[in-house]
Amino acid sequence: MAAELRGVYLDHVTSASVVNLRTAPAALWAARSWRATAHALVGLPLGVVSFSLTGGLPIGAAYCAGWSLLYAAPDAWPMTAMFLLLTVVSPLPALWSVRGLTALQRRRFRMLLGVDIPPLPRPGDQSPPLPGDAPPPRPGNPLPPRPSDLLPPRSRDLLPPRVGDALPTRPGDVLPGRAVRAARAAGTWRQIAYHVLALFIGVAGGALTAAFWTVGIGLGLVVPMRLLGLWADEGWLPATAPAGVLAVAALLAAPWVARGVARTDTAVARALLGPSRNEQLTLRVESLARSRADVVAATDAERRRIERDLHDGAQQRLVSLAMNLGMARAGLADAPAPAREAIAAAHDEAVQALAELREFVRGLHPAVLDDRGLDAALSGIVARAPLPVRLTVAVPERCPPVIEAIAYFVVSEALTNIAKHASATRAEVTVGRTADRLRIVITDNGRGGATIGGRGGGVGGGSEGGGGTGLRGLAQRAASVDGTFALHSPVGGPTTITVELPCAR
Amino acid sequence: MRTVIAEDSVLLRAGLTRLLDDGGFDVVEAVSDADQLLRAVEEHRPDVALVDVRMPPTYTDEGIRAALVIRQQFPAVAVVVLSQYVEERYATDLLSVRTTGVGYLLKDRVAHVTEFLDALRRVAAGGTALDPEVVAQLIVRHRPDPLERLTPRESEVLRLMAEGRSNNGIVDALRVSHSAVEKYISSIFTKLELPAAESDHRRVLAVLKFLRT
Repeated sequence: MAAELRGVYLDHVTSASVVNLRTAPAALWAARSWRATAHALVGLPLGVVSFSLTGGLPIGAAYCAGWSLLYAAPDAWPMTAMFLLLTVVSPLPALWSVRGLTALQRRRFRMLLGVDIPPLPRPGDQSPPLPGDAPPPRPGNPLPPRPSDLLPPRSRDLLPPRVGDALPTRPGDVLPGRAVRAARAAGTWRQIAYHVLALFIGVAGGALTAAFWTVGIGLGLVVPMRLLGLWADEGWLPATAPAGVLAVAALLAAPWVARGVARTDTAVARALLGPSRNEQLTLRVESLARSRADVVAATDAERRRIERDLHDGAQQRLVSLAMNLGMARAGLADAPAPAREAIAAAHDEAVQALAELREFVRGLHPAVLDDRGLDAALSGIVARAPLPVRLTVAVPERCPPVIEAIAYFVVSEALTNIAKHASATRAEVTVGRTADRLRIVITDNGRGGATIGGRGGGVGGGSEGGGGTGLRGLAQRAASVDGTFALHSPVGGPTTITVELPCAR
Repeated sequence: MRTVIAEDSVLLRAGLTRLLDDGGFDVVEAVSDADQLLRAVEEHRPDVALVDVRMPPTYTDEGIRAALVIRQQFPAVAVVVLSQYVEERYATDLLSVRTTGVGYLLKDRVAHVTEFLDALRRVAAGGTALDPEVVAQLIVRHRPDPLERLTPRESEVLRLMAEGRSNNGIVDALRVSHSAVEKYISSIFTKLELPAAESDHRRVLAVLKFLRT
């Protein structure tokens, strides 16, 4: 979307070069000059129509009403009333016709100048669903439903509402309702401003362009005819020499006048008919939020995929290997000692590798998280933590899978950090939900002094390095979904990490 | 001892079949998903079913749900669930029906052939076999506070009891005297305010009941 916007903004009218006397005559037969001229000439009648429909009618009616109220005879009240009614009613067709007129003007710019005025943001286009958002369906499974099957469908939208949602066109829309919504929609008043201005730009620009061409071409025809004696001079034209100079000057200037008018009109139209700076930024933010959500979802999906691949591949093979070595170890009791020792060592290695791989894979994305939710998944981390951890989870309704995955990661990383750096003897993890936020609080009784960046170490960590990457990673993961991360770690402890994640349904 | 195996990995299915055959078990059928497992259990009525947790079609908790069905519909069939990871929540589900004739072990444990086969026989005979990892999770989840009053040695004994070990098993594992183990156990029962129990098995059940409520 960004590239699209930038592309539209490349302005081929304003890229016109500075007038060069040697190349100036070439402008006379350049297509661009003639298109600019046509644009200016069409702009004149169109400006009149635009103004009449948007500004003229209401202003005229209001003027008449005012005049009637002030000067009309008392017995002319029906006329006064009619004018007043007209004053109230006439803006309605204006509001109604704004979009049509804008479309017409846009078409004029596109067809005659080749300039696309970027459209105002409109509702309608839907983004594709985020990947990895919903757990896979369970077709034709005869087993009893799991508790999580009974949960309401999870929300997938972490995104702000779309710009332009204020003006939906509903079927069965009645005219006044639509006009009211149009009047409240952002951009309508700027469009009306353009349609009012179009009269002045159209009249002035059209007249100026026409004048230069008329003088240039007209005098350019008159002067040779006069020289040939074909022109019956009536005395109101200038003498031949100045007329010749004037003709050449007007002719040379005409293309640039036409282009200047086109450039001015384009600038005004862009400012008033295109999205405002605010709207452009809103669009940009929306597109960034969308692409960021896609990236977060893709990362999550990738972790699940890697977990699944390792589970189905390497882990099964390692189990099989360890099992075979175990059988060999048990069965070869009477083998020579070196062989027995080698098998025993290989067996121990395989068991160790299996344990390490299991730790790693479960850290990626535990299957139980999708299945039974955060509460169930956190038991595993807490039980494996090398220090006693009190875990309290009170999340009555589940959050979107991406949020649950990040919450799991936050607790997992924070406990790892505490174990590494904090010199704590106990920790506490509390997960709760308030309205649409998931709140995770992790506390330890360690020595404190942790910082997010620099040499702060982990939670409760001192200055012995570690680079603070663990905590920074946590803050980044939280920020990736518009969550917040707060660290409170006075020297001497205790350290508290508070992470809040959006958990909209 | 008649056994049905449900495991979707061809490699492991073959490996487990061989392991059990060598260990004197009679593998009557080895299947690859939960539906086939339920059909095989209904047909063969084995002594024990060995079930993988993640199986087709969704590769999440098919094995647990199938195990629950077996425990409800075929009470005579003992179930041992195997998994790459153990989860306290699945254990709670498995123990919720009954605390006898059930096992929940990490797949890693099959590497220790003798112990694994012992656990399988214990479960088939109506005992329990919970992975130490599961027990750790159950302890963390369900009774964080009273456990702090237990000494490290007592916690160790509690863990072994929850895994399904008898007093003799605990004596072997900790290499301490019989009377020492008895002393630890009575101390645990006092601290956790559990009713006194005579036999090994009743003690194990009391601990499990305690951990899952």
